[in-house]
Amino acid sequence: MTDAPISRRALVAGAAGALGAHTLRRAGLAQAPALAAPPDPTKVPGQPTSALGQRSTFERPRRIPSASGQGVSLSPLQDFCGIVTPADLHFERHHAGVPTIDPHRYKLLVHGMVERPVVFDLETLKRFPAVSRLHFIECSGNGSAGYRETRPDLSPQLVDGLTSTSEWTGVPLATLFREAGVKPGAKWFLAEGEDAAVMTRSIPIEKAWDDALIAYGQNGEALRPEQGYPARLLLPGWEGNANVKWLRRIEVADRPFMTREETSKYTDPLADCTARMFSFVMDAKSIITFPAYPVTLPEKGWWEITGIAWSGRGRITRVDVSTDGGRRWAPAELEQPVLAKCHTRFRHLWNWDGTEATFSSRAVDQTGYVQPTLEQLRKARGLGTHYHFNHIRAWRVRRDGAVSFEPEG
Amino acid sequence: MRGALVVVVLGLLGGGCGRRETEAGPAGAPATFGLGRPATADEIKAWDIDVMADGTGLPPGSGSPAQGAVLYERKCAACHGKTGTEGPADRLVAREPRQGFPFGRDPTLVKTIGNYWPYATTLYDYINRAMPLNAPGSLAPDEVYSLVAFLLWRNDIIASTAVVNAQTLPRVLMPAHDRFVLDNRRGGPEIR
Repeated sequence: MTDAPISRRALVAGAAGALGAHTLRRAGLAQAPALAAPPDPTKVPGQPTSALGQRSTFERPRRIPSASGQGVSLSPLQDFCGIVTPADLHFERHHAGVPTIDPHRYKLLVHGMVERPVVFDLETLKRFPAVSRLHFIECSGNGSAGYRETRPDLSPQLVDGLTSTSEWTGVPLATLFREAGVKPGAKWFLAEGEDAAVMTRSIPIEKAWDDALIAYGQNGEALRPEQGYPARLLLPGWEGNANVKWLRRIEVADRPFMTREETSKYTDPLADCTARMFSFVMDAKSIITFPAYPVTLPEKGWWEITGIAWSGRGRITRVDVSTDGGRRWAPAELEQPVLAKCHTRFRHLWNWDGTEATFSSRAVDQTGYVQPTLEQLRKARGLGTHYHFNHIRAWRVRRDGAVSFEPEG
Repeated sequence: MRGALVVVVLGLLGGGCGRRETEAGPAGAPATFGLGRPATADEIKAWDIDVMADGTGLPPGSGSPAQGAVLYERKCAACHGKTGTEGPADRLVAREPRQGFPFGRDPTLVKTIGNYWPYATTLYDYINRAMPLNAPGSLAPDEVYSLVAFLLWRNDIIASTAVVNAQTLPRVLMPAHDRFVLDNRRGGPEIR
């Protein structure tokens, strides 16, 4: 790797720059680095200390927001190493913009089928015993770009940029439910946001007793506004929409509420002419993030194929990589830590012989679930289905080294 | 449907009423901490705006399709189109397909209130909390009932003379009501 004429890191940064440039023009940001590098950094004093660090002036990772500024912005998966998503690059999905909430006025109301309807302010939430855990959040619509119609010029960001992993800090919802005294017969709870959509989802109460959190911390600091500042619901492994942000109210009940987001949206039409509802869990999935469009490999030889894999049902136990269009598969190396309901980094050494090749990855989780092919998924769900697109993704490298997206892995 | 659904969900989750309290907290933690303050009836009332499928939560008031048509023109048509079929925001009106529910097979079909929404009460809940987009939460109960009535009428679900209120709305049977099934994915080798 070290004797390659262009390091992979430089190559990735270059690719990011190329992709980022598109976004930068849209955002109207400067193209030239704000700080030029001196010919020899050892011959001039460096920059002073600062109150707030910044990225290197040469690094320009950017989300890709939707043109309208509403809806989604995609996380630049190809620019990341490891498993954690920098908080300012975490994907966005919101239904009526990002609200501005004063933490001093914030309150969380828990009521309904409880012995003691109770209000917690932010300081009180933080006073409870806290936990910090690494989990992914993935929008259940992630991956739709590769399911029906697709194009070769899709980057990992454009294919699957609606998934991110953070270290979340907060109080277990079970702690708050014990505090309020959940009544016998309670089976669901409503989670409601304080955004302009006042967004609501019904959640089975078992998830509260299992691993749900009220999160106020993200990667060591307060939540970003886009991720629910000052507090959100975190349902590890479950579709992003149910992880209600800007959480203001929880109502405990004996049945689901049948909100708009769990009936007319976030339900999966199936080939048998029904629609699946409350399809919370994100099935196992993986995507190679290098090499991937728009990268061009400059020469044959040793390259490290790398990407991320995750499952809403627990740990990733294996990721297989194929470099011959899915005929033969070899297990990739899983990089520690391998955590439940969290992105897992995989790596696979590949000696590219310079011929055209299709390479893909296939995740396996602790339940024995194997990431399906596109054909398997279409057969199970139907071509018209929505959400939960977790089929195998592939990339094709041409003889000239250009890499393109290939949905039929 | 709802009763059966709840029973099945609980069965699937494997919990029933028994609590699996895996989040018992750190060693030495008390059962409760006595933190938080009691919620007042007023603050619960101010925020408890949800409407359930059986009509629980619907306020007094009423509306008709004719009253709704006037409001729709003023407050909704700019985003949803003059007749509810044009967009650019979600298309609200389409009576077809009434039969078969072939959305999983045909990606060209547009999901609307008339062919995809399983509960009429959800319309009240959603319009009341989130619409119109530029002034969410600004509609009075009579206005919300009127818009719900207009949209149900436009989708051929209620008569033009119908009055929609807390008693009548939960009794409206939506065309897609019986089409929803619970998630049957369980992990393991089977692709569902």
